Amino acid sequence: MKLHDPLTRYVVRLGDDALIMGHRLSEWMSRAPFLEEDIALSNVALDFVGRARLFYQYAADLMGGEVTENTFAYQRDVRDFTNLLLCELPRGDFAFTLCRQFLYDAYSLPFTQALCKSADSQLAAIAAKAEKESRYHLRRSRDWMLRLGDGTAESHERCQDALDQLWIYTDEMFECDALLDGLIAAGIAVNTEGLRSEWLDTVTETLHAATLVIPKAQGNVTGGREGIHTDDLGFLLAEMQFMQRAYPGLQW
Amino acid sequence: MKDRMSLVGNEQKFQSRVDAEEKVEPKDWMPEKYRQNLIRQISQHAHSEVIGEQPEGNWISRAPTLERKAILMAKVQDEAGHGLYLYAAAETLGITRDELIDRLHTGASKYASIFNYPSLTWADIGAIGWLVDSAAIVNQVSLQNTSYGPYARAMVKICKEESFHQRQGYNIMMTLMQGAELQREMAQDALNRWWWPSLMMFGPHDAESAHSAQSMKWKIKRRSNDELRQQFVDQAVQQAQAIGLAVPDPDLVWNEQREHYDFGAIDWEEFQRVVSGNGPCNRQRLAHHVSAHKEGAWVREAMAAYEAKRRAVPAEVA
Repeated sequence: MKLHDPLTRYVVRLGDDALIMGHRLSEWMSRAPFLEEDIALSNVALDFVGRARLFYQYAADLMGGEVTENTFAYQRDVRDFTNLLLCELPRGDFAFTLCRQFLYDAYSLPFTQALCKSADSQLAAIAAKAEKESRYHLRRSRDWMLRLGDGTAESHERCQDALDQLWIYTDEMFECDALLDGLIAAGIAVNTEGLRSEWLDTVTETLHAATLVIPKAQGNVTGGREGIHTDDLGFLLAEMQFMQRAYPGLQW
Repeated sequence: MKDRMSLVGNEQKFQSRVDAEEKVEPKDWMPEKYRQNLIRQISQHAHSEVIGEQPEGNWISRAPTLERKAILMAKVQDEAGHGLYLYAAAETLGITRDELIDRLHTGASKYASIFNYPSLTWADIGAIGWLVDSAAIVNQVSLQNTSYGPYARAMVKICKEESFHQRQGYNIMMTLMQGAELQREMAQDALNRWWWPSLMMFGPHDAESAHSAQSMKWKIKRRSNDELRQQFVDQAVQQAQAIGLAVPDPDLVWNEQREHYDFGAIDWEEFQRVVSGNGPCNRQRLAHHVSAHKEGAWVREAMAAYEAKRRAVPAEVA
């Protein structure tokens, strides 16, 4: 499925981030360290899946015809997905999941705040809802950074290891490409490059309070926006899309 | 001797309060057996909600549409929430959640045996929501009047959510029955596999039920296993027929005289086999819970260590 209209591509990109993040979080159901976290993680997962639906529904409206929210989720292959690599990495242990979440939430809050000012009123409306969620998500994931970073020696080590592994995937959040440049000029898209310093301030402050250190720069890995993913995304899609692939064209 | 007299007096007073439909509250005096009986029942109920996350949670990653995915996530999350209320209700009886989980892991405490069956196809998510949650509602509505206050109040809230779950399950089945032939077959196959285990959820016949008589006297239980099962059958048969599903029981027939459905004999050997650990998924269900709990130990320790540090800081300052 090839998308050409720049706005549609942008909206689908935002939907992809949300869906893949939500899917990964939902994998924790019945596997969390205690029951309250089964509930909390699935709450956050639901927010992301809900967000994905709003973006995809808008993209479907833009495209018209037979396209629905489900077309984007279930009928595209790996090369068509344009989510950030950070979102698709396997959930790992609880430290990995919460560190990923914190790094993403620290980006997502200023991102949704900026998107509220989009010249596209539909995007601004979705962002207004998402911003409230992101504020709460960041408060929650920041609290976990403090508990895990400044908890026991083991939790500190697991948390620092997770950050070290995740760090090379964070730069992709701020990347601008030709698609973004045009939409930024039109006042529609968020200039993500401009979010970098606020993100780094939040991360630095929190990691310091959590007795953790910012990983040393070691380059970065990108490609998600071009559909160049890790191997893991294919397996995620194989599972997620199973029903629509095995029984195409039916109502469920 | 005096102690014994006062114990007898307390028990009589307790029974007359129960007979007068007064609610028993956590700080009230209660017979030790009443307390133990309640802990057994409430914790079994809590464990069922928690283990029940597994067969349904299995399909969150494979739900066929985004809407179904979101609804299923919310549904399973509710079940986890029910587990939480129920553990909290059990804790008011002087036992900790750690002890309850330990009893689950050692096998001393049970959970609903139906969750030892696998959820093989998407239609199973419909069948579980429709049948298992219906059976739970029938049972739990009667428990809204149970004599122990915290349990009765938990049931009120839980029943509201369960009726939403039941409708989402039935809606899945209805959608399948309105779909292609392979979808109708999928729905029928799921009903065939979940029907009899759902009937077994109400437990042994009244005559063979180990805890029933005392539980009824103490009004922990309000209606008998067989009464509740009959109500479920009467309801579910009509719901099945309304959407074109055939209940897999050749002996099922409407009895004009009783104004209830007569139904075939339940295979109690299968029930015993699954309860005693040899259902299709018993080992996996328990192992899954044990391993998640073990893997989460370092997180719980970290949380406790962090809280202890926070508590220590103001003291040092003072």
